[in-house]
Amino acid sequence: MKAAEQSATRVAEGLLALSQQEELVDLPNHALSASEDEGDSDEERKHQKLLESIGSLDGKKRWKLAERSEACLKVSEFNVSSEGSGEKLLLLDLLEPSKTSSSLAAVKKQLSRVKSKKAVELPLNKEEVERIHREVAFNKTSQTLSKWDPIVVKNRQAEQLVFPLEKEQPDFAPIEHVLSGWKARTPLEQEVFNLLCKNKQPLTDPLLTPMEKASLKAMSLEEAKMRRAELQRARALQSYYEARARREKKIKSKKYHKIVKKGKVKKALKEFEQLQKVNPAAALEELEKIEKARMMERMSLKHQNSGKWAKSKAIMAKYDLEARQAMQEQLAKNKELTQKLQVVSESEEENGAEEGELVPDAVNEIQMCAAGPNPWMLRNCNSDANDEIQKDPEQPPEPVVQEFCEREEDETLGTEEEILLREFEERRSLRKRSELSQNAEPVGSQATKDSSTKEVLAELKALTQKLNQKNCQSQKPKVSSVRTTCQVQKQECALEEEEPLLLQRPERAQTLEDLEELGHEEYSETKEIPGLVLEGNQTERAPNNHTDTPKGKKKKEQMIDLQNLLSTKSPSVKSLAVPTSVEELEDEEEKHQKQIIKEAFAGDNVIRDFLKEKEEAVKASKPKDVDLTLPGWGEWGGIGLKPSAKKRRRFLIKAPEGPPRKDKNLPNVIISEKRNIHAAAHQIKHRPK
Amino acid sequence: MKVKMLSRNPDNYVRETKLDLQRVPRNYDPTLHPFEVSREYVRALNATKLERVFAKPFLASLDGHRDGVNCLAKHPKSLATVLSGACDGEVRVWNLTKRKCIRTIQAHEGFVRGICTRFCGTSFFTVGDDKTVKQWKMDAPGYGEEEEPLHTILGKTVYTGIDHHWKDPAFATCGQQVDIWDEQRTSPICSMTWGFDSINSVKFNPIETSLLGSCASDRNIVLYDMRQATPLKKVILDMRTNTICWNPMEAFTFTAANEDYNLYTFDMRALDTPVMVHMDHASAVLDVDYSPTGREFVSASFDKSIRIFPVDKSRSREVYHTRRMQHVICVRWTADSKYIMCGSDEMNIRLWKANASEKLGVLASRERAAQEYNQKLKEKFQHHPNIKRIARHRHLPKSLYSQIQEQRIMREARRRKELNRRKHSRPGSVPVVSERKKHVVAVVK
Repeated sequence: MKAAEQSATRVAEGLLALSQQEELVDLPNHALSASEDEGDSDEERKHQKLLESIGSLDGKKRWKLAERSEACLKVSEFNVSSEGSGEKLLLLDLLEPSKTSSSLAAVKKQLSRVKSKKAVELPLNKEEVERIHREVAFNKTSQTLSKWDPIVVKNRQAEQLVFPLEKEQPDFAPIEHVLSGWKARTPLEQEVFNLLCKNKQPLTDPLLTPMEKASLKAMSLEEAKMRRAELQRARALQSYYEARARREKKIKSKKYHKIVKKGKVKKALKEFEQLQKVNPAAALEELEKIEKARMMERMSLKHQNSGKWAKSKAIMAKYDLEARQAMQEQLAKNKELTQKLQVVSESEEENGAEEGELVPDAVNEIQMCAAGPNPWMLRNCNSDANDEIQKDPEQPPEPVVQEFCEREEDETLGTEEEILLREFEERRSLRKRSELSQNAEPVGSQATKDSSTKEVLAELKALTQKLNQKNCQSQKPKVSSVRTTCQVQKQECALEEEEPLLLQRPERAQTLEDLEELGHEEYSETKEIPGLVLEGNQTERAPNNHTDTPKGKKKKEQMIDLQNLLSTKSPSVKSLAVPTSVEELEDEEEKHQKQIIKEAFAGDNVIRDFLKEKEEAVKASKPKDVDLTLPGWGEWGGIGLKPSAKKRRRFLIKAPEGPPRKDKNLPNVIISEKRNIHAAAHQIKHRPK
Repeated sequence: MKVKMLSRNPDNYVRETKLDLQRVPRNYDPTLHPFEVSREYVRALNATKLERVFAKPFLASLDGHRDGVNCLAKHPKSLATVLSGACDGEVRVWNLTKRKCIRTIQAHEGFVRGICTRFCGTSFFTVGDDKTVKQWKMDAPGYGEEEEPLHTILGKTVYTGIDHHWKDPAFATCGQQVDIWDEQRTSPICSMTWGFDSINSVKFNPIETSLLGSCASDRNIVLYDMRQATPLKKVILDMRTNTICWNPMEAFTFTAANEDYNLYTFDMRALDTPVMVHMDHASAVLDVDYSPTGREFVSASFDKSIRIFPVDKSRSREVYHTRRMQHVICVRWTADSKYIMCGSDEMNIRLWKANASEKLGVLASRERAAQEYNQKLKEKFQHHPNIKRIARHRHLPKSLYSQIQEQRIMREARRRKELNRRKHSRPGSVPVVSERKKHVVAVVK
């Protein structure tokens, strides 16, 4: 009760204070109203006074509570008026009421508390609230939607979908999930669980216990000491090296730096050679680095005569011998730096030569096997040789052997010294290649005289084959990169707008004939393009031609007669390894076979036909001379009269000799370098995306 | 002379038991089959030609409506049943196998704006221009009974579309706002608005069933969530979207058929760029529907044709048209993904094969094997120019063809102009805007 009363008085006091302030504002107003009310409230006032006098009996003057017990004209905003209190308010009272009266302390406190509290912010407008709601909802839904991602991705990437899709068996849940839902029920289970828990064994994660982990983490004292010592040493070394480097950097002597640089270069070369032997892959990388440095050098023009120093020297060079020398040195250096590494280029050339030598033969074989004019004849002829290739690597395939044999003959013509020299050379080249081709095969450094050349050749052949393979592999990426760049360009063009999937036209194509027509139309469309494509082909082929030409000259004399090659088996095919008796037997059988086949195909001479065809093709491909002689001009003309030889010679424009044919040295192949338009209609122009 | 005879070991070709697979004495070594590729090429070419020759997709025309067909609905349980609503307020139920109308209801006065079936297939809902939503029984009334709706809800405004929830007894209508209704109540349980323009169509997501998409006349597509009773996001496109369709296999993908001749496939989580812009139509696209496999969709256009698009391609793989088919208003892909139905202005519903040259009916096993082999061959040689050319060839009516050509020229001119502008202005001042981004005006959160 008391508390309630107190609070009530407090509130009343607060109100009073407010009313006083109000009074202050309304002072003149109030005076007026009071005079007006005088008549009515006379009795009232008396009663008030009486109350006051009673109240003042106890000696202490009290603040009067303003009460309004009836309707009055003037109603203050705060529901209170000083009317009835009977006292005039003075400004002075208002100025210092709080100081004097102790009972106002509570109000003050309250006021300060109210002040310290911040006002509540205005509520957001409706749109804003809605926007926030939407955003939250969207985030939520997109999160729930993302749970479908793996399924969608799987479906999209699937090579084949069979509808209706079967429901997949859910995968086995991880052990944690299973355990979280599972409780030990039987006493035995509980006991086991308790034991596990007591020993801090991992319940879910089948890994290490905390103890084990801790023990693994811990390091023994000795180890720690050692480690610390190591670290210290490393730090000391580092600082030492740093100091040294600083010192060296400060040295101004150019000579010193030159020497240091040279030393470094030498060292690097040595290391590189070492590396080549030990780790060819790393060596290749190193090589690439060197190549890059060379490229940088070429680009930077650092050691050419474009620098400030070089220009000044160039001016001086006329008069000063030293300057001239310096310039020359500089240029020499440039040359040296920009020179391609000799080792690599050499081997490459050799490889190219080998290719020229060996690849055609391989091509020959395949051609014989697969696409010859008469596969019966050819396959039978060659099958044994092919088999033998696969059976034992010692025995080289037929054509190759032949070639080698020819070489052998050459060798026998020369003196023994020559043979020796050649052997050595071959050995050397072999070694080089073996190094380059990362072949671990050890090759004896000394070539003994009695080792048969054949063996060497066979070895060589195997090696070169490997090399070729490798070359092919290494060359492929280059080509592809070129292609990809082309494609990128094409794609850029194509990206602009995707080609429509359909080819819509107002004509109908309902029958097979119509459809065939469609194909022809396409073909005529492609006709316009061949020139361009042909060009591309030629440019692509150009480098190959270069490699071919020198070899072709060499082999001109050795040109094998195709007829001989195919019809008679050269004796050189016999390998030394195969026992002769077996050989004979096989020979007999083969002869039989051949006989049979020959009898069967007695009528058609396929080989001669082919040769004729080839001759025609060669003739057709040769550029023709242009004869501009006009009979009858400047001399008599008529039937039986020919223009004079002189005139003919004069007006005959000889066609330039075209590039050598690619199949020049391939007796049983016709390579046509013309783009076959008939085939082109059926071929794809670009690689499909 | 010794003549070698052929002698074979029966072990090589005789099965041990009857259940063993038949051994095929064939050597697959490619060197033994030097002409394999060329032979296959010829076969592929022939297969392609035959495919085109047999490409007769049109199956049937269902006539009976006395006004343009405005909406179509598939029966969820029966493949043969289709419902259609016409512009004169008539709803017809069709049997596709008999190709006959089995029931006719005068459902509304004015257009039947929307029609949808309940997920269980026992009843269907229609909305019309007479501001009513009516629920009908799927079964025809018995003899002597009158055709009456199960329920009728009278609304305050015109409803322009309706779609039923895929699992719950709730449906959504659109008009001035999107309303979600419980089937048992006559007032919507919640109505969602965003903006003031009228909404053309509303579609429930078949996977995340509480999601809805709607498109309004003020060019925007709005997504809603039924559970949270709030719109989620809005994307504003260049022109009005006529309708959308959710991908039945991917919860967050939908395709919008737009008035600007294109279709846009969106991932609803990233609305600022469509995943794919499908262009080929020569006029406004009016309706779109997904194949149940979710790999393709069919679109109906004002240019009197329907087209089939692969989801991940921007150009169509097929175009269907007939001389008598006018503006196609609605299109549906049947639930077995084999057929397409389209309703058009000239009162007919047409039935097409989804795969134009497919042979209908039961296939013998050898036939099927041959078909599969041919399919594989076609796939293998699809990039060869001759085959490609034949496979791509489609006949178009002259008017449509010239329309497409004209549009191509216009597009080209626009592109050239932009290129020129870019060439002659400060670099960077005319940025390259990709085709995908070009059509999205804004995304409103």
